[in-house]
Amino acid sequence: MASIDSGGGDSGHKKGPGVKKAKKLSTRVDMTPMVDLGFLLITFFIFTATMKSPTTMDLNMPKETDKKDETKIKQSGALTIMLSKDNNVYYYEGELAPDGSNFKRSNFKDIRKVIQDKKKEVIKNHVHDDKCEDIKLKAKNRVPPDPNWQTADLDRDFVVVIKPDAEATYKNTVDILDEMTINAVKRFAMVKISETEDGLIKKTEGGK
Amino acid sequence: MPHVKVAKKSTDTDMTPFVDVAFLILSFFIMATQFKPPEPVPVETPNSVSSDILKEENSMLITVDKDNKVFININEKKGGNTGKLNDVISDISQSRTLNLTPAEMTSFTKAPIIGVPFNQLRGFLDLPHDQQEKQPQPGIPVLDTLNNELVWWIASVKKAFAGQKLLYLVKGDNKSKYPTFEAIINALRKNEEFKYNLVTSQEGAPEGTDLYKERRGIK
Repeated sequence: MASIDSGGGDSGHKKGPGVKKAKKLSTRVDMTPMVDLGFLLITFFIFTATMKSPTTMDLNMPKETDKKDETKIKQSGALTIMLSKDNNVYYYEGELAPDGSNFKRSNFKDIRKVIQDKKKEVIKNHVHDDKCEDIKLKAKNRVPPDPNWQTADLDRDFVVVIKPDAEATYKNTVDILDEMTINAVKRFAMVKISETEDGLIKKTEGGK
Repeated sequence: MPHVKVAKKSTDTDMTPFVDVAFLILSFFIMATQFKPPEPVPVETPNSVSSDILKEENSMLITVDKDNKVFININEKKGGNTGKLNDVISDISQSRTLNLTPAEMTSFTKAPIIGVPFNQLRGFLDLPHDQQEKQPQPGIPVLDTLNNELVWWIASVKKAFAGQKLLYLVKGDNKSKYPTFEAIINALRKNEEFKYNLVTSQEGAPEGTDLYKERRGIK
């Protein structure tokens, strides 16, 4: 234990027989709890110093002017997700039915399942053609190479269209973009919401 | 008889140096920890699974607070030449015919964050530095498509950083609404910028998803 030399050790002159020895109180302090505390604080500071470094999410937007570059999407592989107020999510597969019958309501918990199911469905219905080899080759030659390049062509028809409305929050937007990363959706686009869809959302919300 | 005395060694260890070192490290960490300077605009960023660490050097940070107010600040390379901010403000002064004085331009280079429309910029820059932080700022107008002032700001920043790598960081609050974000994207798009980074806080990939499998190396 830590000790502080009190100066009056056994060395030195002996006192006479009649002199009573004063009882020596130990000046030692048990420092273990202090060390414990010290290291606890150190650990705390180390952790807080590195834990919360902000991260970034890359976002690439297509050029709006490139009309000819506009990718035609197959309706069978399209999933449109709309975001609205109070974290509500709406979606439909393929084209919106004129009567709005395939317009469904969801939330952020369930939308993952919807995306995954749709992806599986698209992969199942995949028809092999010439373009597939191109996609595979592209994935293989990418830097760094796609480890799953052999299956890169399977979900090529899968496109998610994201349409946040005016009431959607930024968090919703980031969450849904995140959902794309989580579910490895390669093609997605952010598009302005159409009036029909806006109307349908209003109708669903008003009709509850 | 010769008697060999075996020195009795105490089992006590002297902990003093240990304590010394512990507290030395502790004081080092306390001093070296740079507490985040109180942010001029408090923003709660959303979580994302993205794990790329944010690099703030040579970046234009566009902040959206919870009331959809837009602010910008420009971060240069640390220790690099600091002329960039001056270039930005003189370009803005010229393109928007604000006729700012050199003193006002210097004030801009020191300002923590800018969130005022052009017609209030001079008044804001005339304030002393310590008051600028406290001054509530109305935000840069973006929602009006015809008068999206962010377009001008981005244009000037882009010009000043020409030939260098410039990151566009968008840092939005959880509660901010989508139209503001869309307006920012549009402002960037008008300047032919299509790549930008969203500032987020990290969270793990949810179990069982494709990303989770990829990160764990499961096929």
